[in-house]
This record gives sequence, structure tokens and C-alpha cells, in this order.
Amino acid sequence: MSWLSGLFRRRKQETELEEEVRSHLEMAAQDRAERGEDHREAARAARREFGNVSLVKEVTRDVWSWGSVERLTQDLRFGLRMLAKSPGFAAVAILTLALGIGANTALFSVVNGVLLNSLPYPEPDRLVTLDESKSNFDSGSISFPNFRDWCRDNRTFSMMGVSRSYSYNLTGKGDAEQVRAEFVSSDFLTLLGVKPVIGRLFADGEDEIGASPIVLISEGLWNRKFGGAPDIVGQGLTLDGRTFTIVGVVPASLKLQIVSFRASDVYAPVGQWTNPLLPIRAAGLGFHGIGRLKPGVTIQQARADMKRVTADLTSAYPDADTGIGATLMPLKEQMVGYLRPILLVLLAAVGFVLLIACVNVANLLVARSTGRAREFAVRAALGAGRLRIVRQLLTESLILALAGGFLGLLFAAWGTKAALRHLPSALPRAVEVGLDARVLVFTMTVALLCGILFGLTPALRISRPNLQETLKEGGRGSGGARHRAQGIFVVAEMAMALVLLIAAGLMIRSLSALWGVDPGFDSHNVLSFGVALAPSPKDANTDSVRAKLRQLQSTLAATPGVQAASLSWGAVPLSVDDEDLFYLEGQPKPSSENDMSWALSYVVQEDYLKVMGIPLQRGRFLTAQDNERSPHVIVVDDVFARKFFGNQDPIGKRVILNSKGGVAEIVGVVGHVKQWGLDSDEKQSLRAQLYFPFMQLPEAAMQPSSWSGTGVLVRFEGDPQAVTTAIRSSLRNMSSDQVMYEVQTMEEVIADTLAERRFSMIVLGVFAALALGLASMGIYGVISYLVGQRTREIGIRIALGAKRGDVLRMVFSEGMKMTVIGVGVGVIISLGLTHLMANLLFGVKATDPLTFAVVAIVLTVVALVACYVPARRAMRVDPIVALRYE
Amino acid sequence: MAEKRERYQNRIELLQGTLDMLILQTLQWGPQHGYGISVAIRNRSGELLQVDTGSLYPALHRLEKQKWIAAAWKISENNQRAKYYRLTATGKKQLTRERSKWSQLSDAIAGVLYPEER
Repeated sequence: MSWLSGLFRRRKQETELEEEVRSHLEMAAQDRAERGEDHREAARAARREFGNVSLVKEVTRDVWSWGSVERLTQDLRFGLRMLAKSPGFAAVAILTLALGIGANTALFSVVNGVLLNSLPYPEPDRLVTLDESKSNFDSGSISFPNFRDWCRDNRTFSMMGVSRSYSYNLTGKGDAEQVRAEFVSSDFLTLLGVKPVIGRLFADGEDEIGASPIVLISEGLWNRKFGGAPDIVGQGLTLDGRTFTIVGVVPASLKLQIVSFRASDVYAPVGQWTNPLLPIRAAGLGFHGIGRLKPGVTIQQARADMKRVTADLTSAYPDADTGIGATLMPLKEQMVGYLRPILLVLLAAVGFVLLIACVNVANLLVARSTGRAREFAVRAALGAGRLRIVRQLLTESLILALAGGFLGLLFAAWGTKAALRHLPSALPRAVEVGLDARVLVFTMTVALLCGILFGLTPALRISRPNLQETLKEGGRGSGGARHRAQGIFVVAEMAMALVLLIAAGLMIRSLSALWGVDPGFDSHNVLSFGVALAPSPKDANTDSVRAKLRQLQSTLAATPGVQAASLSWGAVPLSVDDEDLFYLEGQPKPSSENDMSWALSYVVQEDYLKVMGIPLQRGRFLTAQDNERSPHVIVVDDVFARKFFGNQDPIGKRVILNSKGGVAEIVGVVGHVKQWGLDSDEKQSLRAQLYFPFMQLPEAAMQPSSWSGTGVLVRFEGDPQAVTTAIRSSLRNMSSDQVMYEVQTMEEVIADTLAERRFSMIVLGVFAALALGLASMGIYGVISYLVGQRTREIGIRIALGAKRGDVLRMVFSEGMKMTVIGVGVGVIISLGLTHLMANLLFGVKATDPLTFAVVAIVLTVVALVACYVPARRAMRVDPIVALRYE
Repeated sequence: MAEKRERYQNRIELLQGTLDMLILQTLQWGPQHGYGISVAIRNRSGELLQVDTGSLYPALHRLEKQKWIAAAWKISENNQRAKYYRLTATGKKQLTRERSKWSQLSDAIAGVLYPEER
């Protein structure tokens, strides 16, 4: 409260000063009037004699002792006035800071939303992901029987759930439509803390095989298809031709998206899946789980517990469960953990940008403070203490910083939104990114730190002026030390800009190297999509299913713009895969599946090779004659051939396929396709590939109930949009209940696998460009300033006969010196730092000499261009004009 | 105009610190307001010392803060409210100190300027 009484005292002091001055003026006027002057003239003369009233008041006020609040408002008012006097300077400084702070805020809001904030579920720290670990694969899918036993036997989880993505063909509600679906176990949504908008979630036992068909729908689907009708519970929903009873609506706030689960339109209990393999203990089928630990249980305890559970299962079911364990990971770690290195690299990069911005503003302040040296010398002479002046200067820089911070916040809010709109697939939890309290605190802190950082150097410098020197010199300022500080600033800026440019350059090189990688197939003009088939009639059998699939293929192949078409199962390179167990003919039958070999298995038709442009190396590819009535054949890739047959010719050799109906003869060898991605395929252990004829799928797999849809790949000519439209209409002509979904060109599929890297490349590139711009502004400013300071010297040199070229060279060499030192320092720092991003790189070393050289040259050239303008100005100095001011 | 410029040229700039002494000395003769002090200094110096208001008022407020002078509002002889300053006890001591310092200084300067008079 003391500041409040101080405020009252101040007000009183203020009115007293007012009155004191007025009485002075009145008395002076009265004296003049008594001497015979005209009244009005006397008042005017008294005022003239008194001098500048407000200035007198101001200097008098300076004598008063100040309370902290008044001093602050006084400093603020004065600071604002000073900045208003040089709006150009203020605008440049604020904009520079806004860019630096804005970039930091934007990136921090991403880090905050993705890495720092806890997941939007109750007690998120208790959530873990569950996978089955197999002999050489940590995150395999969990078989349904194993999951049941895990639930029953564990002692550390309060709940466990599994899920698997699916697509249902929704009919009977307007146009037929392919909807995203998830098969979930009863507890899955409950353990995430989902509260149904209306109705209920699944109850225990409702996920059993053979339970009555019920379903949960999303709030979105509820609004879209049922107009949000309140009597939705109990209504029917036709999916793949079966009627499900709706029991509840899942709120739109459920946005979870992980490898094994994505928020969908329809949630059905696991038991509703018509896959005949569901009750088989050895069948993976793509189920993955999440669990909620009991309160107080650590993940280590849970891991030990699950080790016991799986060991018991191994002894109980040695055939299916030998070598099977459980992998547990904190849910958040599994969702975003892999992003941590990238985001930390980007955060470091953006920190550099901010440092450069600060250095730039510090530079501007130093240059400006020279012009104000006299002002501060006068204030010091009038008795202002050093602390007082430092405080005044710091207030000014804090005003700049806060204004920059505020503007930066606007930039960030806008920039983050724009960036995330363009790069959605690269980032999990992207929807959760936004400005919250922590981001605001971060921005405030950063802005204040910046203000102190860039304000303190010039403030300390200017507050220690040699009073007499400055007053005598008439404010020209003196300089060696100040120039040295600016030189250091420029060197630092150049070094930091170089580090960022090199990081961005390495990312660009990596990406272009990746684009140059041959994926093993021709990705141009290939379209991948799914077709949801119309529900099968009651009397359908495997023959009618095959007939329908054949008709589908020929319809697609005959569509205008389509050159070749193939139905596919698990055969979209870099995206959708399936695996098969097998052993070679001539080997003894392995005692369990664990001793068989794995291969990626592509179930395709005869035109697949033509569609994908995969080279045939030996023998032949599958043909239309490799059908349900002919002996089983397969085609393998060269990795398969080398791995299992070495130098022998694999053609004519036979393998026994575990799940696809026994013996098959190898009839051809094709090139390898990089299924695991352009960058990491070589590092995978499971790379051998085999191609299996679609029509030779076993009878069990051709049951009408197994075929709700199929993948399709087509090679097209012309515009992909037009071809998509054509395909859609020919599908509709076949049956109005048939739907085309998830249409993607193969080029898009490849681009998606590079999205994360592209995201970091773009962001690093933007930061580097920002850094380059700021750094060249910095060197331009400093050289201009130095030239301005040395106008007199240059004038004398020219008057004494120096050539214009000599002057140009002199100024250039100054800029050159700073640039070369900056580049040198930057190269050293980069050599130390770039290995931190080694795992983001591909096909280029962290110390790639080419990148280093090119970036160093680019930076030098830009710096020289920035020096050129002031250097020309120096060259044109007119000695007469320069010297006249002496 | 001519007269004004002449007066301006004849003005002697006050040495730093001497204004304080002159104010204290002026208040020796009794309480006075700011205007009165400036008139008194001007008159007693034969119009030679003109006190700038921009120096006078900060000096008065500074001396008041140092408690060498104290202020009170009174009614002037012309029936005007005015802020009167008076010398305090510590102010008197300060004046004595400044006067002796000043006479030492002027003796020393005189000694340098007129050595034959010694």
C-alpha cells in the first residue's frame, strides 16, 4: 500500500510545483506592471523570462525521490515518447523481435501440445500400449485368445482392451457409404474414459464371438445420418448387409489416433468380426491393445507381471505361444516419443533465430545510443545516477520486447494454424496444438529475457560514458570499443545463420537423396483405392464371390483411362502389407510355426506387374490361368531368391505356405519392392517377398462373409481426378451399393512416408531463411553505420588522393573480415552440432563437405551484397561535404 | 535588442555548486520565495548573475530534500499565496562550510592571478 500513499504524495507535490511556478510568474508580471509595463505585455515578458515552463518542471521533478511505481510509469512514458520519436527504428526492432519470438512461440506451442501436455484422458499416466513380442518383432499383433488370457491372468492392470481398424459398407441410409470402423473389446472405450453422449458403452461379454450384433456410432455419424435424433438407441444400422443395433453414441471429443486405433464412425465389438481365424490362438489379425495400470503400479512392475503371464501361456500352448511375450510402452511415449529428437532439433534451431534477432536489435540499439550519447551525458550531468539511466534504457528495450512478443504471438497463432493445415499427416496430436497458458508464459518469459539480453549491453555501455569527452565532442561519440562490440555481434549472427543454413541444407540433401531412391516400382500414374462390395445375396458361395471379384476386375480394366488393374490384398508398397509363414519343400516340417520362415505376401492378379512397373527378372509372372482350378504357384522377389536359394535357380522350387493352402511352385523372380520405406527398408529383417495369385486364395478365405471389400491398384493415363470419377461411375453401374474409398496416387503414398522429414525440412528451411535475412540485415546495418561514422575519415582520405576503389576495398574488407570469422566459427559449431540430427539424415553425412562449402559460399555472397550498398555510399563520399561539417 | 544581447554577453555563468551557496546566503536574510531569491541574486550581483529558473527550482527542491532549507506556504506582501523557503540549522552550517571553501578558492585563484599583491 506504500506505493498508493506515495502516489497521493506525488499528486500533492505536483500541484504544489504547479502553484509555485504560477506564483513566480504572477509576481514577476506584477513587478513589471509596477514598473509601468502594460499588464498583458508584462505577463508575456515574465513568461518569456521564465523560459520553458514544462522543461523547468521536468528537471525539478527529476530531483524528487521516486516511488517504484511512479518511477516505472515515468520510465514507461518517457520510453514510449523516445520510441515514438524514431518510429522507423521502433518498427524495425519490433518486427525483428516479432519474427524471432513468433517463430519460437509457434514451435513451442507444437512442442507443448505434442510432447509436454498430458493426453486428454483421465489419469493418462496410467495408460500403456500392449503388443505381442515375437522372436524378432517387438510390436506384433495380439491374438484374441491370448488377449482373453492376458486379461484374466494379469495382476497389474485395472483394464485392458484391444482394437483393430476395419471398414464397413453402410447401406440403407441414403447413399451407400464406406465408413471407418473399429473392432474393440468391451473395455476399450471405458478405459480411455469415454462417456457416451447418449446410451451406453459395451458391457462385459458383449465382445464374445456369437454375441448379438450391437454397435456404437460416432457423434459425427449420428448427426450426419440420423440428424442427431434423441431416440437413436435401439435403432438398426446396416453394415456389410447385417443389421446392428445401436446402443450408444461416442462423443466427437474422442480423437485418439495411434497405430492400432483411430477414432472412427462405427465401433463394433470384436466378436462381430466374421473372420474365421478370430478364435485361432496363433492368428495375429492386427489387434493391438492399450491397458490401464492399477493405481500406483509402475510400468516395470507391469512388465514383470506380463512376463509371468506370457510365460505361463507359453507352457500351456507351446505350439502357438512359444517365443511370445508382451511389449508395454507408456501410451504417450508410443504416440509422440519418436518426435522428440526432431522437435528438439527444431527448438534449438528456432532458438538460434531468436538469438540472431536479439543481436540485431542490440545492434540497432548500440547504433542509436551513439546518437543519444549527449542526451544521457546531460542527464548524468544533471545528477541522474548510472542505475537510473540503465533502468531507463532497459525500460525502452522491454517495451520493444513486449511489443515484439505480442506481435509475435499473433504471428505464431496464425502461422501455427497455417502450417498445421498444410502438414497434417506429419504430426500426431496436431489437433491439440494451440495457444494455452503455458505457451503464453513461455512467450512472455522469452520476450522479457530478450529485452534484458539485447537491452543490457547497450545500456551498460552508454551509462559508462566519459562525460566530458562526449559533451566536448558534441555527441559524435567515440568508438573503438563500440565497433568491436558490433563486430562481435555480426560474427555471432553469421555463425548462427551458418549453422541453421547447414542444418537446412543437410535436410534438403537428405530429401532429394530419398526422392532419388528407386522404390522398386514405378510410382507414376498408379492409383490405389479400396472397393467396398455390395452385400452378398443369401445363396452366395465361393464361386459367386470369385465371379463377382473377376467382374470387378474386368469392369475396372475396361474403364476409360485405366490401362491395367489388379485386385490386391496386402499389396500396397510402403503402406499396406501382409505376412505369410512358409517352409521350403525338402526340409522337415517344422514342429511349430515359430520355426517357419516369414515373407511379405502380396496377393495380386496377373496385371499387377504391369500396374506397378516392377521388372520381371526370370521366369514368368502370374497369369489368369493361375486360378482356383490350377496348381498353386508363386512369384518371389530377388531378396527372397537370394536369401533362401543363394546361387541356385529358384524357378521350379517349391515352398509350403502355412495359411494359404499348401505347396506352391515358384515360377518367376521379380525385383524387390521397398515395402518398409525408402530410407529404412534395408535395415529391416523381414524383406523377402512373394506374390500369390488372388484366385488361388483358399476356399475359407473366399467365403461371402469374408469379402466386404478389396484393395485395388490401377495404372491410369491422364488426370487422376478424371480417372477417379470414371472408376466411381463404372462401379456404381455395377451395383449402387458399391463404394470406392481411400483413393490415393502411389506418389502420394510415397510422399506420406516422407512427411515427417519434409516437415522438418520445411520448418528448418523457414528458420534458416529467417536467419539469413536477419543476419544480412545485421551486417548491412553495421557496415552502414560504420561508413556513416567514418565519413569524415573517408573524406580526408579521398582529399589526400585515395582512389575510390581503395575506399570500396577498405569498406569491403571490413565486412569481409567479420563474415569470414563468422563463417569459420559457424563451421566449427556446425561440426559439433550436426551429428545431433544424424538420424534425420539420409544418404548424406552430418559433415557433408559439399553442403558446408555451398552454404559457406552462399552466406559469404549474401553478406558481401549486404556490404555493397554502404560501400558504394562510402565511395561516393564528397570530401568537401564531408569536411565542411568540421 | 542591442541592450539585451549585451546583457547576455556580460552574464557570468555560475560555477557548478555556487548556486546552492548563493541560495543559502540569500535565505540568511529571511525566508523568501523562488521569485524573490532570483530577484535578490540578480540585484545584489549588479544584474550580472542571472539565475536560470531551470537551475533555480531543481536546486531549491534538492536543498529542501537535503533538509538545508525548509518550505512553507505563506501569503506574500502582495496578498498572493507563495512557497517560502527558510534556512534550517543544518543549512546554516552548510552555508558556513561553503563560504569558507569559497574564500579559500578565491584566495587561491587571486594568488595565482595577482602574485605581486602577496
